[in-house]
Amino acid sequence: MLGRRGALRFLAVPPYLWLGLFFVLPLILIIAISFRPETGPIDFDDPWNLTTAQYKVVLDTPVYIRLLGISALMALAVAGFATLLAFPIAYFLTFRARERATTYLILLLIPFATSYLLRVMAWRLMLGQEGAINSFLEFIGLIGEPLDLLLYSRAAVVITLVYVWVPFATLPIYAAMQRIDRGHLEAAADLGAGPWSRFRRITIPLSLPGALAAFFMVFIPTVGEYVTPSLVGGTEGFMYGNLIQDFFTSAANWALGSALSVIMLVATLLFVLVALRVVDLRRVVT
Amino acid sequence: MTSNARPRSEVGVGRTRVPLRATYFLMLFLLYLPIGLLFIFSFTENTVLTFPLKGLTLDWYREALTDASLLESARNSLIVGMLAAIGATVIGFAVSVAVVRFRFRGRAGLLGLAGLPLIVPFIVLGVSLFLLFIFVGIPRSLLTIAIGHTVVAAPFATLILLARMIGLDANLEDAAMDLGASYRTTLRRVVVPLMGPSLLSAFLTCFIVSFDEVAIALFLAGGDPTFPIFLYGQLRFAQRLPVLIAMAVLLMIGTVTLTLVAFRLGRRDA
Repeated sequence: MLGRRGALRFLAVPPYLWLGLFFVLPLILIIAISFRPETGPIDFDDPWNLTTAQYKVVLDTPVYIRLLGISALMALAVAGFATLLAFPIAYFLTFRARERATTYLILLLIPFATSYLLRVMAWRLMLGQEGAINSFLEFIGLIGEPLDLLLYSRAAVVITLVYVWVPFATLPIYAAMQRIDRGHLEAAADLGAGPWSRFRRITIPLSLPGALAAFFMVFIPTVGEYVTPSLVGGTEGFMYGNLIQDFFTSAANWALGSALSVIMLVATLLFVLVALRVVDLRRVVT
Repeated sequence: MTSNARPRSEVGVGRTRVPLRATYFLMLFLLYLPIGLLFIFSFTENTVLTFPLKGLTLDWYREALTDASLLESARNSLIVGMLAAIGATVIGFAVSVAVVRFRFRGRAGLLGLAGLPLIVPFIVLGVSLFLLFIFVGIPRSLLTIAIGHTVVAAPFATLILLARMIGLDANLEDAAMDLGASYRTTLRRVVVPLMGPSLLSAFLTCFIVSFDEVAIALFLAGGDPTFPIFLYGQLRFAQRLPVLIAMAVLLMIGTVTLTLVAFRLGRRDA
């Protein structure tokens, strides 16, 4: 067994080092930088004069906090709709599709394997002034003038992201439903429970962990989105992620951008922690 | 799954008033419609997606395949995806063997570390790595993008390989070691071959995650763009759109194939 102890070191040390260097260390660094006083790009040869100035700026700028709230609400809407739409799909695949379930699942995965930017672009082309929806409606004579409220709005961002995430949200719900013991349903039927009652009292509670996993697997990437809003959101659809992006690109204010990032990181982690108290996500994912 | 004596009228497989099949196919239609329109659009002479569509053409594809910077960005994505997938798969393999086969201090920590990137918003990870590379003076390049992608792909590799490792009979490793093989030899000659399809599935999944990733890559790119970065930068120019879509469609055929292969391998193994 001597060989095994050595093997453990050989197995455990490299991932610890790699993830320590490129995952933990950058997060520590950004926390440290959020306490620096600079208001532009940072020269790291300058001394570290730690201050809470950046956080004061954030607290004194209600727009920032409001934007975080709006982004959280948008992510809530996206994750909620995606989960709700994925639920009947997963139910169909588990209980109705029978031997064709794999084929139906694959058909669902193909759009998800399509480039994310391409799918976002597709909606830009669909919703635009000269886009498919407008020109189609005009073509069939339903409208005379193109509607210009479709693109560049929060609704456009939410619709596009729901579209992007629905196939992915189906997977954890489907996995949870597949583990439901059909015996429970039969026992309930034998004891006189009707279909609705079986659905409400067995299927829903047992697939809930999967639905929650789906919700978070959509919520977390969505709350930090900046690419989709910049393509279909316009100024109205601007999200908290776009604010952070600005401070690291055009507006170049790294310390403030770091403070905003740390605030989002902490808010997201707190949200996940609270959720983990409600349901044991680890049981769902593995 | 469970023994089921009931033949036709299986419980839970009965009828409801909710038209589930129709719902599924409606969803499928809505999911394919936008992509389908793009696909059709890439074969027409239109530069904006308006009805009625004009004449058919293969020009956009011809242009895509002769555009040097476009091809180079696709090649860059291929390099980054390979590096990231190798790195993440190695991490996922080491973590899953260590966690499943050993009891040690820091075991939960290791598992947490490999899964945690999933709950950090990409933009936070992107700007943090951006600052790290500036702080330590590493110039940004394809390599820095690949490093960022190993971190975000590691949880996927770990989940896939952990599931397989748990199902693997430890007696096979014990047998190899009883016969005199060192643990490293056992890993190489017994564990790796047994995990083969899962390793490939993890590799392909990580490759696809990296190949499609733009939010982190935008912060970590030097002068050479990956395909998503190039695409993102060119989207402002409306007249470039058909060519970009043609290229994206070509690459999509590749990623869809890889996804299906990864899915098949993952299923057969689990």
